[in-house]
Parts: sequence; C-alpha cells; structure tokens
Amino acid sequence: MTFEQWFYTLPLRLRSFFRRKQVDLELKDELRDHIEQQIKENLAAGMSPEDARYSALRALGGMTQIEQQCRDAHGGSVIEDLVQDLRYGFRQLGRSPGFSSLAILCLTLGIGANTAVFSWIEGILFRPYPAVAHQERLLAVGGTARGESGGTGISWPDFLDLQRSCTLCDAFFVSKITGSTLNIGERAEIATGSIVSANYFDAIGVHPALGRGFAPGEDVGSNAHPVAVISHQFWRNRFKSDPQIVGRTQRLDNVPYTIIGVAPQGFYGTFVGWAMDFWVPASMEETFESGGYKLEDRGARWIEAYVRLKPGVTRAQAQEEISAIATRLEHDYSATNRGRSIRLWPLWQTPFNNAGTLLPTLEIMLAVGAFVLLIACANVGNLLLVRSFARRHEMTVRLAIGASRIRLLKQLLTEGLILSTLGAAGGLLVAYWCRHALVLLLPVRSGVAMYLPGEIDWRVMSLSAGICLIATLIVGLVPAFQARNIDLAGALKVEATGVVGSRGTAWVRSSLVVFQVCLSFVLLVGAALLLQSLQKIRTTSPGFSTTNVVKTGVSLITAGYDVPRAKTFQQDLIARVWALPGVQSAAFASVTPLGYRSYSSTPIAVDGYQPPLEEQPTVDYNQVGPDYFPTLGIPLLSGREFTRADDENAQLVAIVNQTMAARYWRDQNPIDRRLQVKGRWVRVIGVAADSKYESMRESPKPFFYVPLLQDFDREPVFYIRSTQPLESVSAAVLREVHALDGNLALYEMITLQEQVDRSTSPQLVAVTLVSILGGLALLLAAVGLYGVMSYAVAQANRELGLRMALGAGAADLFRRVISRGLRLTAVGVLCGATAGLALTRLFGKLLYNVSPNDPLAFASAVAVMTITSVAACLLPAWRATRTDPARVLRD
Amino acid sequence: MSRPSDLVQGTLDMLILKILALEPLNGWAVSQRLKQMSSDVLGVSDGSLYPALHKLEHRGWITAHWKPSGNNRRAKFYSLTRLGRKQLEKEAADWNRLSAAISGIVKLKEA
Repeated sequence: MTFEQWFYTLPLRLRSFFRRKQVDLELKDELRDHIEQQIKENLAAGMSPEDARYSALRALGGMTQIEQQCRDAHGGSVIEDLVQDLRYGFRQLGRSPGFSSLAILCLTLGIGANTAVFSWIEGILFRPYPAVAHQERLLAVGGTARGESGGTGISWPDFLDLQRSCTLCDAFFVSKITGSTLNIGERAEIATGSIVSANYFDAIGVHPALGRGFAPGEDVGSNAHPVAVISHQFWRNRFKSDPQIVGRTQRLDNVPYTIIGVAPQGFYGTFVGWAMDFWVPASMEETFESGGYKLEDRGARWIEAYVRLKPGVTRAQAQEEISAIATRLEHDYSATNRGRSIRLWPLWQTPFNNAGTLLPTLEIMLAVGAFVLLIACANVGNLLLVRSFARRHEMTVRLAIGASRIRLLKQLLTEGLILSTLGAAGGLLVAYWCRHALVLLLPVRSGVAMYLPGEIDWRVMSLSAGICLIATLIVGLVPAFQARNIDLAGALKVEATGVVGSRGTAWVRSSLVVFQVCLSFVLLVGAALLLQSLQKIRTTSPGFSTTNVVKTGVSLITAGYDVPRAKTFQQDLIARVWALPGVQSAAFASVTPLGYRSYSSTPIAVDGYQPPLEEQPTVDYNQVGPDYFPTLGIPLLSGREFTRADDENAQLVAIVNQTMAARYWRDQNPIDRRLQVKGRWVRVIGVAADSKYESMRESPKPFFYVPLLQDFDREPVFYIRSTQPLESVSAAVLREVHALDGNLALYEMITLQEQVDRSTSPQLVAVTLVSILGGLALLLAAVGLYGVMSYAVAQANRELGLRMALGAGAADLFRRVISRGLRLTAVGVLCGATAGLALTRLFGKLLYNVSPNDPLAFASAVAVMTITSVAACLLPAWRATRTDPARVLRD
Repeated sequence: MSRPSDLVQGTLDMLILKILALEPLNGWAVSQRLKQMSSDVLGVSDGSLYPALHKLEHRGWITAHWKPSGNNRRAKFYSLTRLGRKQLEKEAADWNRLSAAISGIVKLKEA
C-alpha cells in the first residue's frame, strides 16, 4: 500500500475498529436513505404507498446480508484478526496448562536472566548514579603516564587548569572517595565519603533536601572550610532525621565539621559500588589523605574527576582538546608533568571504581544470557513442536475450510507472542527481584554500604521487549516450519507409527536438542574455566603469608594524636603486643597490600640508569615499620631490613623489590647504591622478594619500601603474626590498646587471607554468575533432552513392543534409549567443543593463569554433560522397558 | 438476490468510478445513473452496489462526505480521490484494450 492509500484508508480502518457501532449506524442510515429515495421515486411513478415500499425493499435485497457484505468490504481488519487470534491462543494455552506453564517458565528464566543482566549493566555501567543529571554526557577523567598502562589520578592544579581551559565541557568536578572515623568507642565507626570540588552538587544537578551545597571558594585554602553535606541515609540512621540538622557539628577524623546540607533521598554519590555517607570540600583533603597539603602540589595526583560534555560533543573531540591542554601543561610544568597525559573514559570503564572491575564480568554475562535465552527458546520451540503434531488435525481442518496459510502462521505467531509476553513479564519480575543481588556476592566490609543496583528503566524494558519479539519469532516459527508441510490429503492418512529416531520429522527436534547441548556445553566450559581460574588465584601465593597474620588499625587521628605522640604510641603498642602469648611478631605499615587505599608513588632517579626520552619512571612505595618483612613473611633476598634506628634523624634508606632491582640496576647488586625519592637521595639497604601489591592478577612490578619513621603516617595498618585465633588476638590487642589509652578505637580485624579473598571478589562474582546461569542452561538442556527422549519412546511404542515380542530383553531396550540420548549429546558436545574453542577466548580477561582452551575444563564439561544426559534419559529408558508387547501389538 | 452478470462483476468498480468522476453522488443516485447509462442491460442490483462502494472507499479510491438531504436527514455522498482517478484511467485503458481485442475476435469472419 502506498502512503497516499494509507492516508485515505487508515482513518476508515481505525474508525471501523474503534467506532464500530457508529459505523454500523451510518451504514443503516445510508441504506435507509436509499430506500426512502426509492420509495419517493416509486410513488412518483404511481405506485401505491405499500407497493412503493415493498418494491424498494425488494430491489435492495436482504438488508442484513448487505450490511455484512459491506463490513466484509472493510477488509477484515488486522486488529480484529489479532483479537480473534489472541482469544483463540489464550484458549489453546489454557487447554493444556502443564505445557503452557512449562513453556512460560522456560521463557521467564531465559528473558529474566537477560533482563537482569541488562538492568545491572544499566544501573552499574551506563546510569550508575541515580539522581545525577545527564549521565549520558558524563566521562571519568584520570591521568596516564607514558610507558605505563592503567590510569592514575590527576593533581588539583592540573584539574583547575583543565576546568579553566576546556571549552567543550559543561562541568568539571572532583569526586574522590575517602573514609573517616566518626567516633571513639569500643570499635572505630567508619563512614565513607567523597572529597569534592565546590561545584560538585551544581555540576551533577543534585539539590540538597535540606540546607545547601558547597559555595564557590569553599574548596580553596588549607583546612579553610570544615563544612560537610551528609547523605539522606546517614541523616536518617545517625541523626534520626533531625529537621534541625543544618548547622550542627559532626566530627570526622576528629575535625569538627558544620553540617550545611542533607542530600536528597535516592542520591548515593558518584562512586560505583559504594554508597557515600558524606561529602566534604577539597580544601579539607589534608585531614583525610596522607601526605600533607596537596592542593598546590602539581605532582600529587590524588584526584578522581568527572567531566560532563556539552550536548553534541563526542568523547573523541573532548579527548582531543584535553590532550592538547595536557600537552601544554607538560610543556609548562615539565618537572611534574613530563610524560604525563590526561585521559577520558566512558563511565563504564571508569578506572577508579568498581565499574572497571565489573565490566568484564558483565560483558561475559551478556553472552551467557543470550545463550540461556536461546536454550530456553529451543525448549519452548520443542514443546510447541510436539503440540503441533497433536494439532495437525486442527490445522488441516482449518486449511481445508479455507483459512490461508498466512492466517495459520499468524495464529502460531500469536501463540508465541502470548507465551513470550508472559515470559517477559515474568522476566521483568525476576530482574526486579535480582536488582540488588550483585551486592550479595561481594564481601561485607565494615563501614561501607555496598550499593550496586540494577536499574529497570525504559531502555531495559525496550530491550526486554525486543528479546521478547525475537523469542516470539523463534518460538512461533518452529511449529510453523512444521505446519508448512501439512498437506490436505495427509489429513486422511493415519499417522504412521515411528521407529526411535528414524522418523523424518524427528530431526527438527533432535537438532534443537543438539543445539541446546552445544550451547550449554560452552557455558559449562566457561564456568569450569572461571572456577579453575579462581582456584588458581586463591592458591597463588601473594608473596606474603596469609595464614596466622591479621591486620587491623588504631584510630589515632580521631583521638587527636600529633605525630610525636603517635610515634610513641606505636612503639609502646608494638612492645605490648609482642609480649602477648602466641604473638610471633608485629609491625606497622602505611598501606595494606590488595586493599582499596592506593600506595604513594614517586618519580625516581637511579644513578647510572638512563630512562627512555620523554619518560619519567614512577614507582609505588609503602612506608613500613621494623619487622614488617618477617611479620608478613616476605623474604629478604639480600641486605638488611628496617630497624628502629632508621628514624627521622638517621640516613634515609629504602628496600627495593626484586623486579625493581633487576630493572633499574640491571641485575647488579643495588645495595648501598643511591635512589632518588621525592627529590631526595636515599640509600638502598636491602632487596625483598616480589609480592602482590594491588591485585592478585598483576604481574611482577617494581616496588620499594621506606621506613615508616622517615615518612610517617599517623593512621597505619597494624599487622600481627600470631598462633592464636583471630577472636582472641582481637580481644587481647584491644585490651592492650585500652591499657595505653582508654579512648582509642580499633578498626575491624581480619586475616590476610580475608584481605586476599576480598580483593578477588570480582572473580568470585563472575564465577558465581556464570555458574548459576550455566547450571540453568544445563537444566533447560536436560529438560529438552528428556522431552525428546520421552516423546520418541512414546512414538516408538509399537516398535519397542515388537522388539520385545521378538525376544529383546528389557536391558537391551534400556540401552537403546540411553545410547540414542547419548548420541544426541555427543553430537551436541562435539559442536559445543568446536564453538567453545573459539568462544572461550571471550573469557580471557577474567582468566588468571588458565588457557581458554584448558583441556581440564573441557574434560570436566564433557563429564558433567554426559552425566546430565544419562540422568535425563533414565526415565524415558525405564518407560521403554515397561512396554507391554501384548497390548501394543493388540492395539 | 440477483447477481450482476459475470462481465459486470469485473467492471462494476470501473463503472462506479466513471460515474463518480462526473460528479459526487449518493448511493441511490449512483444506482439510478447505473441503470440509465447501461439501459438496465447490466442489471446491477442495488444490493451489490453498496458493498462495492464500501470496498472502493476502503481502497482509498473514493471518499465519502455526509451532506444534509431534504427532510432533516443526511445522505452519504461519494466523490473520486486522486488515487481513484488514476485507477479509473488504468481500468479504462485496460478495458479499451480488452474490448478492442475481443471485438476484433468476434468480428472475425468464419472461413
């Protein structure tokens, strides 16, 4: 139909559907008008009134028939057909509730898995910050260093220059996660917050529910503006929703802050994974960050920032401008910015929050979800196929009385639509229930509210609707494919009884099962690979001992300790803890390996090492106290470790790791050589073995240690190596701390094994999710196999009876059915293995020390698949052995 | 109910279009015009006229308007659309070709 034709006819079609009564009345009016005019004409011709009327009616013919013919002429509207199909479809599905609920359950699982994954991707990667305006234009901003992979922070002066110079940006703001101790008591109570630039709340378009956001200029000056905005939950939980909260004081790390505002409900800050409790302006960073006042230090790259682009600006354009600014900064401030650039990341690749760690998992989940959906669709298609045999008669009769094949196809598709729409509705429910499920998979940390919501918005809904349509097509077309072969003459034929697996029509169903086995095999291999990888990560030595070592911390800043007092306290505590029964050693260190808090890093220079041009070697380091190495069990390869004598008055010293020694001293002995750290020369006194620093999956990298007393930290981590269980160590240490100062609080105490486990939680999430969906896929495939085998057995009743009558034993029949099932499985596994060899590469990013083609993973997948298939065939096989030859042959 | 002859069945649409091409008319007037023009030879019953009109309307070839007619009633008047005019030209051309061919055959002298 051309557009012009639609122009004339669409209003008519709509009218004849929606205003049917009106259209009917008009039709009657029109016909009556005709009769009246005819009567007038007849009267004029001299007929009697009665004759005139009678003649006019007769000329027109049966009124009802004409009306019906006119309605037919309106061309049996699409919508009327649809309504009829829907009504019929619902009746059909209602007639076999078992079939319908199984089909809907399969689709619910298939569509639900996908919708849940979509909602996570939407809520965690694409729209991670509820209540923040224009997230589609937000990008993460971080620094890069030439010759190094991965991102760093940026410095405050660089941030200000970017903010000033960027013309393609709407807003440029800082949001750096931090933690704070709230009060003093038995246990330190910790809150999570963000250090932000003053424009933060305006830039993200969030208006505090009470009070105000930060005023321009509140992010300037050292410790100049102790003001804080608190989150709605924090306000509710800690302040009992006090309406007079604005103006009150809350101590954060022992600094009194004036609460100037309460963020609106439903705003959780701008950090993927964690809900923020408070926000403070950047002028206060010194109290939260180690390393002194940094707002004027261009070399201190501590900021995590975001930018919102102007409408219509692409990331590439913005990156070009930002890179140009960075190049200018590199030129103007070569001392600090040599080899440095600034990069924009889309939110889902943000390097400094959980988006980056969850991205590979969620990517994989997209593929896994699609597999589960296909398997579910194949199952439902199979079910419909079985039913389409049962409905052969009905189809044939409808064709015989003149229904067009298109009309039958429409009917089948409508039934598919009903099933998949119900499945999609169920799927949305599943996704809704699962929207907070990811948090459950991550380890609980004290003081941190995990927040990883799935978001079900119109985009997720429309994706699910799209999936639903695809499912409709698959599910509806499978039986239609079958109906294609219906010939009218066939209606008269008696359906032939089959031989197991040899009927022509069975191949469609068999190939569906092979397809299912193939897909679920790939998922099994994937799950096995991830499991193996997790196993590897967990059994890989991090380079330090994980057993018998616990870590905790003492909140000295909160208690108002200055540096000398803190130094004395640390020494006293070590001495007391050493004396505890079971304690072998104890030590302080600034940063804990594999923790969230990042190491300090510094540009270095080494005598005799010439870095490549334009490159500034930068190395992470940690400040550690005496006995750190024996306490953590990190072997010292040569030289000596730090002692109490390495204090602020002694010569500056450092211990480098193996990789650093190899890279910068070219395998010569680095001991007693010089190393430049933060512009000062220090003497290397030892070489320590490599260990894991930030991630279990990292490869060996240069790293060094300096004495804690020479680069002091008032809030270090406290390590204790003890033979006692965690609880008794914790109680004993708390006792000792309180003996020194009754006002001090102890941080959560965990074993280093727990620390390692927490750092590998993204892998655990991946394993859990893929295993759950892989298990689901396996179950669906088993149901499919079971369905095909039981149908085949039922169909081949006569053959089986005959075989029995001819002397085949029950065991023989049992074997026949099982082996037939296993043959299908074998073909599926073969296809799956071929596909798997190509597809498991997708898992690469999540794997650690496991080849995507690992034979063990494939072998275990084969084993699981075989066992499952045998289990699925047991019942049909048993039924085959129960065939009663006498009855079958009589029938 | 009498049916129009087979010949007319195919050409009724064209005749209606032709009649409406001259002026907009209501159903009764169309039936009268059909009778006059074909001198009752075609014998189109009023019964088959209305489904035909409705079919043409739903194809977008003619369009209908309600106009007040005498004694406080309204009548449905049909008129040709641009599409209908094109369709008429096409069908008329087809008809001319067909009838010319057929009359040529009919006029053939038997050998």
